[in-house]
Amino acid sequence: MSRWLRLLQILVFLLLVRPFLAVFLGLRVRHRERLPAAGPAILIANHNSHLDTLVLMALMPLRLLSRCRPVAAADHFRSGPAGWLARNLLRAILVPRYGRTPAAAMAPVVQALDAGEIVILFPEGSRGTPEVLSAFKRGVTELVCARPAVPLVPVWLQGLGRSLPKASLLFLPVDCSAVVGPPAELAGLAPEAVPPALQTAVATLATTLPPSRWAEEPADSSTRALD
Amino acid sequence: MAELLASPLLWPLAAVWGLLLAATAAVVTTTRRGGELQARTRTWWWILALVSLALLLGEKAAILLVAACSYLAFREFHSIVPIRRADRAVLALAYLAIPVQYWLVWTGWYGLFAVFVPVYAVAVLAAAAVLVGETRGFIRASATLVWALLLTVYNLSHLAFLAVLPLAEPAPAGGLGLLLFVLLLVQFNDVAQFVWGRLLGGPAIVPRVSPGKTWAGFLGGAASTAALATLAAPWLTPFVWAPAAALGLLLAVAGFLGDVLLSAIKRDLGVKDSGSTLPGHGGVLDRLDSLTLAAPLGFHLIRWFYGA
Repeated sequence: MSRWLRLLQILVFLLLVRPFLAVFLGLRVRHRERLPAAGPAILIANHNSHLDTLVLMALMPLRLLSRCRPVAAADHFRSGPAGWLARNLLRAILVPRYGRTPAAAMAPVVQALDAGEIVILFPEGSRGTPEVLSAFKRGVTELVCARPAVPLVPVWLQGLGRSLPKASLLFLPVDCSAVVGPPAELAGLAPEAVPPALQTAVATLATTLPPSRWAEEPADSSTRALD
Repeated sequence: MAELLASPLLWPLAAVWGLLLAATAAVVTTTRRGGELQARTRTWWWILALVSLALLLGEKAAILLVAACSYLAFREFHSIVPIRRADRAVLALAYLAIPVQYWLVWTGWYGLFAVFVPVYAVAVLAAAAVLVGETRGFIRASATLVWALLLTVYNLSHLAFLAVLPLAEPAPAGGLGLLLFVLLLVQFNDVAQFVWGRLLGGPAIVPRVSPGKTWAGFLGGAASTAALATLAAPWLTPFVWAPAAALGLLLAVAGFLGDVLLSAIKRDLGVKDSGSTLPGHGGVLDRLDSLTLAAPLGFHLIRWFYGA
């Protein structure tokens, strides 16, 4: 990342993203101290909104900002102004969602870990139904198996799917929260057991907050819908 | 700076700082370090500093502070309530009622201020909800929205209007003095009810809603608030002691009712606090709950007896 782009990134987060999040999302963070203090590391979270990436990056200290690499769907961010911003300002790693083996698709992400960067990944693969956690995909397993020593920190994000859900252009100010979990314990797990274990880790963080659910859904089906 | 120091509110505010200092000394000596009460006390200092600054800066700063409180309380309210996906558009529109209502305060336009939210904002939002067209859960969603707006925006804005209320006889510290008077009494009543309740214990008033609110706390709190009202009235208001004490008692009752009202809402939702903005208190709404009913009552009593 060039020095100018890095400066621009810091300014954008300091002067735009962080004040915006503070004023309109009142973002509260639990256990900020559990965030990785250096790369390489993997940050995983539930995915409900385009705001998720911005929020996770805004949580990181400014000096680590340029080390953050969100993993984004290639079909979404290859072109257009949003794609340009994602690739250049957020330094997204584009990963094809279809037509490749998971190992081949995740190869550039493994490279980023080897370069000591902090990879931000949404294992649900898409934003899905807002405020509902869906099944984790296999990509995260590739990373865990390829670089088992890299710490993996789960994060639960709440409220962002109410604020700006998929398929909506209407932004609504909502009280949002982020809960950072302890590094996931994955040693000795079979590859197929990794996604459910991480899913449980993220869902467990959700239970530390009062549930946020849609009125259309019965009381017990929202954030704990996965078991 | 010189203007700030010449404010008639300087000494009353200094007295409140003294009161909090004494309370802090009591908390520090009687509770364990790092406990919730100490966190709550620390947050009180931040709140008092912010309120003092706004009051010393003048009416406009005070109005903006109350408006910001309305915004935070409204956001908190609809964030803890389950909403329908269809409600997002209506809620986004509802936010616009906040700047309009406080602009009416700013300009002192009482006629429209008094009816804007309950008549016009509710009408526009009802129309918007109908146009969105989702009828499943319509009554519940409408009631939730109207309640949220009434409690957090309409009712709370009465506190701000005290700053610009025309009076028949001048108040010693102006409209801002009246604002401070109502705010101080209601918040003091919260604390006094808590302290008396802790000291004396006894049966709860509505155990199923709020098991911590006891008769002893309520009565002790109301008496303390009436006493404080009598002491503070000559500094901040045109009232002699009897109406001041009566106002203190009524604000204590309204403060208690607002408090248990929000408790009932939180109990229905299965949450303990409405948020976590204020360490030791909970959310903004947890701090403002007693004002949601007491602010309009205090405003109307003052306006009825002393308004121009």
